[in-house]
Amino acid sequence: MSFLDYFRSKRPASSAATAKERLQVIVAHERGQRNQPDYLPAMQQEILEVIRKYVPVEQDDVQVQLDENGNCSVLELNVTLPG
Amino acid sequence: MARIIVVTSGKGGVGKTTSSAAIGTGLAQRGHSTVIIDFDVGLRNLDLIMGCERRVVYDFVNVINGEATLNQALIKDKRTEGLYILPASQTRDKDALTEEGVAKVLAELKQRFDYIVCDSPAGIEKGAQMALYFADEAIVVTNPEVSSVRDSDRILGILQSKSLRAREGQDAVKEHLLLTRYNPARVSAGEMLSVADVEDILAIPLLGVIPESQDVLKASNQGEPVILNSEALAGQAYSDAVDRLLGEDRAHRFLDEEKQGFFKRLLGGRG
Repeated sequence: MSFLDYFRSKRPASSAATAKERLQVIVAHERGQRNQPDYLPAMQQEILEVIRKYVPVEQDDVQVQLDENGNCSVLELNVTLPG
Repeated sequence: MARIIVVTSGKGGVGKTTSSAAIGTGLAQRGHSTVIIDFDVGLRNLDLIMGCERRVVYDFVNVINGEATLNQALIKDKRTEGLYILPASQTRDKDALTEEGVAKVLAELKQRFDYIVCDSPAGIEKGAQMALYFADEAIVVTNPEVSSVRDSDRILGILQSKSLRAREGQDAVKEHLLLTRYNPARVSAGEMLSVADVEDILAIPLLGVIPESQDVLKASNQGEPVILNSEALAGQAYSDAVDRLLGEDRAHRFLDEEKQGFFKRLLGGRG
């Protein structure tokens, strides 16, 4: 920074800091998905179709999550039904 | 026992081939017999960067298909003793590289060389997966820029799940971060991710930082690996990286702006 810069108004938050923040969020998110089996999205789609036969739900209303606890995996299914 | 090192990145245009050429040359300069293999089938370019494009007769795919012997396809580098190049094929057949074929060629190369440097194509398709599949070590070339860092993380995931070492449950592929096109002035102005930022996100050991330099383009214009230019900062940075790869301790250089004189700073000049 030059001597003259001291008289200028303060600069806004640096774009590098924004880049780092955005990267930390997206990388953490993608690492979470990395270990899920390939069949999970297809299975989620099929489960959604079955539920839709009975109740009108949107894609976002069905959450399928696979968690590993030591030597067993837990498949968690969350469906938000319209009230 | 030969070491197989893949130079990979996910994203294109970050400096994989430049880095493969520099590091392969550096290893050979230090007395280790080395071969650099171009895995970019259909988009051969290592030959141009190494300045041997007019000497390509047979290629990697010819050897896999038994149309040529390894000796016929290997190009001996004219500048550096003990360095060879195995060029990629220009075929448009995406399935030209088979796992068995690559395994066979690598097994033969392992008998002759100390280091096998695999220059990966961009992307995460078959070619990139073949380049990293047999690797003992991986140099992940990254630019201090969001899309490059994200893609590097993706390729690290593939190394950790789809490499032979991962499949067979052996020791993991040894990962190295090589940050290229680094511009210290822009980092201190807050316009570019710093080394520390990228290390924080990718969380793998730092092999080297190559400053952005006009000498890199000059080197590729001339078909001479930039590491041969010992006056160029980028050449010196690659030399340090090769020493670190061989287990030597080298302090990181070129991370800060070059010192400017008092008057230049007073007037706000930037190098």
